[in-house]
Amino acid sequence: MSLLNMFNRRGSAPVARDRLQLILAHERAGVGGSDLVMVLREEILAVIAKHVEVNSDKVQIRLDRGQDMSTLDIDIELPLTAVAKAGPAKVKAAKLAAA
Amino acid sequence: MAKVLVVTSGKGGVGKTTTTAALGAALAQAGKSVAVVDFDVGLRNLDLVMGAERRVVYDLINVVNGDAKLNQALIRDKRLEKLHLLPASQTRDKDALTDEGVARVMDELREKFDWVICDSPAGIERGATLAMRHADVAVVVTNPEVSSVRDSDRIIGLLDSKTLKAERGETMEKHLILTRYDPARADRGDMLKIEDVLEILSIPLLAIIPESMEVLRASNVGCPVTLNNPLCAPARAYTDAVRRLNGDAVPMSVPTDKKSFLDKLFTRRAA
Ligand SMILES: Nc1ncnc2c1ncn2[C@@H]1O[C@H](COP(=O)(O)OP(=O)(O)OP(=O)(O)O)[C@@H](O)[C@H]1O
Ligand SMILES: [Mg+2]
Repeated sequence: MSLLNMFNRRGSAPVARDRLQLILAHERAGVGGSDLVMVLREEILAVIAKHVEVNSDKVQIRLDRGQDMSTLDIDIELPLTAVAKAGPAKVKAAKLAAA
Repeated sequence: MAKVLVVTSGKGGVGKTTTTAALGAALAQAGKSVAVVDFDVGLRNLDLVMGAERRVVYDLINVVNGDAKLNQALIRDKRLEKLHLLPASQTRDKDALTDEGVARVMDELREKFDWVICDSPAGIERGATLAMRHADVAVVVTNPEVSSVRDSDRIIGLLDSKTLKAERGETMEKHLILTRYDPARADRGDMLKIEDVLEILSIPLLAIIPESMEVLRASNVGCPVTLNNPLCAPARAYTDAVRRLNGDAVPMSVPTDKKSFLDKLFTRRAA
């Protein structure tokens, strides 16, 4: 224990507890495929695929699961042909209140 | 073209995941592009140790099955932009991994990175043999303790028979990382000696990682130990290991943390 740690008594364990609580809450919610974020991911992609043929290389999905809010960020480059004359466009979604 | 390195041990809980995260981060800190791949299907933990658990969208099985592109599944580390994680699936089991699918993903990883580091599950079953199958280099993680050394010997046998390299008649490059080494217990003569372990396993030593609270701290906060506290003893040991992997001749030592006056006072009291 260094002097610095003496003043910082709480150590790293509370961080570990918070991280575990958060991720386990999401994992338990996800049992049986009811994880809202994952359901949305699939459905949003399915809807888009219905209208345009998108190369899945041009679909970037980022996720950040939080305590009160998760962020699902779906970044799709639509091909020129699909967007008529407007030129390549990007579709972005969605901030979610936590499931 | 990447070098593919498998971190393996046979016995569970000896420090494979800790080692995978530390080597991966240390390589990225040295400027290499790195993917760490979690083969512990059903019991993923590398995401937690790396602090990426909140950001997992797709996993290895999704990529193997073609449900997601490799690019979509790779998670870029927030602190080291050259470090990437391919997580294991938490809900499926290893039988969802086909040999052909894994081969395709490994080929793709090889093209993208300088290093691909595969974290093996415990045991000697299919999960462990899949993780080692495509490796060019193996790091065998061992604790100075009888059952760990025996299991490492089994794993070395598998590395020399069940890998693609072995099947092609080539020799697998193997290195030993001796971890959770406790100098105090070694001094008392209650721990297997380094020389003895080396003689029994007869593979070259890559590093000796001391038992350290810093490893626990790093995993609590989700940051590889070489990044969380680069100057602590285990971080220095892992950093030296990476320099040796990259061909530098670094003299072997067991790094220790200097104890402050207060530390000594406290350990004395506790003893
Ligand atoms: N050098 C070390 N000093 C102190 N604790 C350590 C050290 N290395 C690993 N540990 C601890 O040992 C435990 C097991 O480590 P780890 O998860 O890396 O092992 P593993 O081989 O991946 O386990 P499994 O076989 O279950 O996948 C963890 O609690 C980790 O923090
Ligand atoms: Mg592990």
